[in-house]
This record gives sequence, C-alpha cells and structure tokens, in this order.
Amino acid sequence: MNIHKVKQIINAEVICGEELLDMNLKMGCGCDLMSHILAHINHDSGSVLLLTGLTNPQVIYTSDAVDIKVICFVRGKRPDDDVVKLANERGVVLMCTQLPLFESCGKLYKEGLRGISENV
Amino acid sequence: MSDIVRTSKIQEIAYECKVEEAMTKDVITVAPSDTMVDVWMKLRDKRISGLPVVSEGNLMGIISVEDFIKCIIKGRKYEQVKNNMTTHIEFIYSDEPLIHVFKKFEKHRFGRFPVKERDTKKLVGIITKGDVIRCLLKRLEKDYYEEETQKNRMENIFHDIKSDKTTVILKYHVKGKEFKKAGEKSSLLKNALLRLGIATEITRRIVIASMETEMNIIIFTDGGEITIWVEEDKIKVNAVDSGPGIPDVEKAMIPGYSTAPDWVREMGFGAGMGLPNIKNCTDEMKIDSKIGKGTSLEFIVNMKK
Repeated sequence: MNIHKVKQIINAEVICGEELLDMNLKMGCGCDLMSHILAHINHDSGSVLLLTGLTNPQVIYTSDAVDIKVICFVRGKRPDDDVVKLANERGVVLMCTQLPLFESCGKLYKEGLRGISENV
Repeated sequence: MSDIVRTSKIQEIAYECKVEEAMTKDVITVAPSDTMVDVWMKLRDKRISGLPVVSEGNLMGIISVEDFIKCIIKGRKYEQVKNNMTTHIEFIYSDEPLIHVFKKFEKHRFGRFPVKERDTKKLVGIITKGDVIRCLLKRLEKDYYEEETQKNRMENIFHDIKSDKTTVILKYHVKGKEFKKAGEKSSLLKNALLRLGIATEITRRIVIASMETEMNIIIFTDGGEITIWVEEDKIKVNAVDSGPGIPDVEKAMIPGYSTAPDWVREMGFGAGMGLPNIKNCTDEMKIDSKIGKGTSLEFIVNMKK
C-alpha cells in the first residue's frame, strides 16, 4: 500500500514530504507511547506507518531512531513548524487526519495494512 | 534525478551567496570633474569598457566607451565627465543574494552593475557576469572538497587508520528538564555513527538505547553526559549524571515500573520501559547508582562478525 492510498483511505492531508508518496508501506502502528515504539519496532521499519496523537519533536526523534519514514497525526492534530522542519531534514513524510486513532487504524487494517507483530 | 539535484544546488548557492562575496571590491572609478580623456586612459590601461563616476563615495553615474566615442565625434574630448555620463543607474545592494544579480542581468542588457552598501548608500564594489561565475565555481569546489574529504575521512576510518587499536570517542552533554530538545543528541549520534560507517542494525540498537538514556537524564536529573567509544569490534556507551540516583534499580528494571511524573507521560514517555528497553537492545548493561550522588549507566553493543 503506497502513501497515496493511505491518504485516500483515512482522508489525510500531507504536511510535508509530498514527493515521497510513492513509498510503499507494509505495516502500521498506532501508538502514543514513544518508548513502546523504541521497544517494539525492530526491523524493516522503513515500511511502517506510525499513527499517533502526539505532535512534539520527540515523535520525530523517536521515529528517526527506528527509521520510521511516515507519520500520520490523528484527531486533526497538527505539529508546529519546528517539528515539520525536523521531519523535512530527515526525509520523513508527515500527514494529518481528522479521524481518531482507533478509526484510522481500523480503516487501514481493513484495507490490508498489517500490524507490526504480524511481521510481513 | 542527479540533474535536478545539480540545478537546485546552483540555485541554492545563488540564494545563499551575497553580492558582496562575489563582487570586485577594488573599483576603478572617475570623478565627475575628470575629463573624457582621463576616462579613456583608464579604460585603455585597465582594459575595461565602463566606469562608475564617484564623488565622495557616492555613485553619481556610469561612463562607458560608447559615451567617450560620442564625445570624440563631437570633438569634445576635454569636456568633464559629469556632462556626458549616464545618470540613470541600475545598481544592486551588497547584501542581496546573487540570484538577484542573475535576474538583473536577464532584465537589463548591461555588462556590470555597481554595488552599493544599503545603509550608507556608498559605492562598495562592482559586479560582472564573470564575478558571479567565479563565485559559484569557488563555492561548488569548496562544497565538493568538503564532501569528498569528509567521505574519505569518515567512512573507512577503521580500515584506513593503521593502529593496534583505534577508538573514536564522542561526547554529548544533556541538559536536565529541557524536554523540548529531548532526543536531539541521540539523533546527532545516529548521524555520527552512520558517517563512521557503522552498520544500520548496530546503529539502531545504540541509538534506541541512547535515546532512552537521554530521556532518563532529562526527566529525572539536572543533566549529565553521554560518552560513546566506537571501536572496531564494539561500541561502548557510558552515561553519568549527578543525581538524584535510582532508589531501587531492581524495580526500575521491571517493564512498566515507572516513577515518571505526569508531564513526562503526557509527552509519550515515562511508561517504565526505559531501562528494560536498554537492556533488550544491548549486549551488556551495568548500572551503578547512589542515592544523592548520581547514576552511571554503561552499555555495550558488539559488532557482528
């Protein structure tokens, strides 16, 4: 599933990284606990989509640590410019959707995006 | 792809460089009261085709070969410059980016533009197409050289440097309670390790552990220092802070056990995963903590053969 498709499914708006939307995603992870991301994302995280309600710079730093390249903020939350700048520097795609976390995850899972424990 | 990158690189430089970096500062000028013969002698001696006319540092006009020829035809070569110069001047300020010069060259068909200093409005230089090209090439060469030497210096450091033991030591100071910047040092460390040519998998384990360490220092202490020893067969990290110390290390090692305040949890941390996480992604881990004195945490990741 590429990012265009994700955008369509959860009606998301791309904040930055417009040129990277062809990137292919295999797994999704909905999480507000950054420590859990550090603990549980182990391999091939270049193809993991992170859905989160947090918009602080630590989301970018944490994603960077485990090589997550695509982040979608839920519940209509938008990060401030500093965070967008950090993402841009690291070639990370940022999106936001009005949907809550559970619904975003559900819609994407239904369309075929797998979970990180399924290890596809 | 590479074409796009190249174009934007030139543009990037043209936006970055200021006119003053590229311009010729030593400007040959004439005074309004000089004669047209003086103009001709300067043009001939310096092999140029135009001169700014300056009075007390102020730009009054421009005089060119063409103006001189007109005077000869009219038989007025001993006339003063001020009666024959062009007073409608296209100039540029020294603090403008080079890209503005490009646009000016496109718009007007002049060979050169006088450069003024914005505050004083005095003439400080002159800029030609040649100056612009020289400046761009110089910058490109400098950037290229830096990139190349860095590549050589970093990527194969353990292969290139002959010694019985090579160690690269990195040090990061972490300020306590400065949550806004939390994670920044680990991000810098990640870049540093990749530049040193460390494998992605090893880098990731070290960065995850250092991220948790950085968070702990920021959340619980007034600050500390993380030191990383990069060696050919292993990476060792040591983090020290000056307190308050961990009351019960055994408990702190239990996943989910947390003493973090609410403000930390609201930001996505403090879930009691820090130390267990560090233990999980490293090969060796050691904590030495004294209440009131501080904590020293050491972990090692071995390079896989």
